[in-house]
Amino acid sequence: MSFEPFILSFKLASLTALILFCIALPLAWYLSQTRSRIKPFLEALTALPMVLPPSVLGFYILWALSYSSPLGAFFENTLGVKLVFSFTGLVIASCFYSLPFMVQPLQNGFETLNKNMLEASYIAGKSKFTTLFRVALPNMKPALITAIIITFAHTVGEFGVVLMVGGSIPGETKVASVAIYEMVEIMDYKSAHIYSAIMLGISFVVLLSVYIFNARHNKRFGL
Amino acid sequence: MIAINIQKELHGANGVMQLQCKTTIQEGEFVALSGKSGSGKTTLLRILAGLEEAQGEISVAQKKWLQTNRSLPPQQREIGFVFQEYALFNNMTIEQNLLYVANDVKLAEHLLELTELTEMKKRYPNALSGGQKQRVSICRALMKRPKILLLDEPLSALDTLMRTKLQNELLTLHKEFGTTTIMVSHDPSEIYRLASRVLVLENGKITNDGKPTDVLLKKQGSQKFSFEGELLEIKKVDVIYIAIVAIGQQLVEIVVSSQEAKKLKIGQRVTLSTKAFAPTLSQI
Repeated sequence: MSFEPFILSFKLASLTALILFCIALPLAWYLSQTRSRIKPFLEALTALPMVLPPSVLGFYILWALSYSSPLGAFFENTLGVKLVFSFTGLVIASCFYSLPFMVQPLQNGFETLNKNMLEASYIAGKSKFTTLFRVALPNMKPALITAIIITFAHTVGEFGVVLMVGGSIPGETKVASVAIYEMVEIMDYKSAHIYSAIMLGISFVVLLSVYIFNARHNKRFGL
Repeated sequence: MIAINIQKELHGANGVMQLQCKTTIQEGEFVALSGKSGSGKTTLLRILAGLEEAQGEISVAQKKWLQTNRSLPPQQREIGFVFQEYALFNNMTIEQNLLYVANDVKLAEHLLELTELTEMKKRYPNALSGGQKQRVSICRALMKRPKILLLDEPLSALDTLMRTKLQNELLTLHKEFGTTTIMVSHDPSEIYRLASRVLVLENGKITNDGKPTDVLLKKQGSQKFSFEGELLEIKKVDVIYIAIVAIGQQLVEIVVSSQEAKKLKIGQRVTLSTKAFAPTLSQI
């Protein structure tokens, strides 16, 4: 029995969470502070991956990353990187797929912060950047933890998009969920049971730890 | 000197309202902003701080803070601001709250000593009472040694005893730091004790401006004293009527005639005044 698919799943999820955090942080901050008319459009766009069937999302990403689209051609011709059926492509696809799970908790966290607290920081002469990292983020740890962990867990749990964009190349794109699918297809139920049980256990522990952390945090701050 | 001439459209509970203020404030003055809620006091304060946009001009000591399509960001205005609900940084200790504004340990120690908070400095805001939190907030606002200190109903959430104590501290700090202080307040005794000048705002316009004694003391009529209150109930007891009026925190019973009782409506604002020794009740 090989644990390679699990390692691949966690590598993919960690990278996705890291990249998405960097992208979603400014986006969520902007969405929480702006009164611009384009806000609802941006909000709808970021929420799309939650409602679209993974096959639709997967199809578009597959098309965009393939050699027949300008983007895919550019990457392959100038940078020599093949995006489809590769780990890099998987990371890009996962970033799209999990975007709302990072943006929404962060935006929510920013919106529930005491506005006066941020204003007090501006009046103290601090820039928005300093205020974000020294006042806003430290005062919304539950939202921060929720965003990162749920993004991670959601990426580990993805299947449809991964299958369409990555295929099932061992050691490259064959993540745990795809591996289980294949085991069931070839009727290797024993391995499928073991893999599934491991996934179930890990997912539960991860979610449980988030809820325990948030409950403790709220208790400490008397919320 | 602070010269203010600003306009802003406000959307309040009573529809659209124009905030229109023109006044000058001298250096070192302690100005109280008074008026009913929704009259634009807090907005005026926030415009001064640069937290809200407005048309017009604000200049402070020849420096333009606001002029047509250019507004100095709050970061660059030399102000301290005390919010009604404290707005402390909950992730920092009391000491860190102060040092975040300016890394001046000596000043922080001094301020904490003045406000008797030295022993609490390693605690987090959540472990403090309301009065203590507001003292920290006032200290924090002074850490930048601001030229102008803006206070938005800083003491309204506190009990009377704590209020009096903090009023004295505010006065001490105002004198020691030589700030120009502008405070929103509803409380006449607080205004009388602290302010050297009162601006009364009504529907976004300044309707009264002067010394607290001139503005606050009722000089109309020949009454020796008069109080405003709310008529709560009129009871018929045998042949007379008794009106129950709430004045401040106190309920008062007053005898009224049957004609008077017919004219009065429950819930109405009334003044209670005496001429010689007979109390009389009249509609406002």
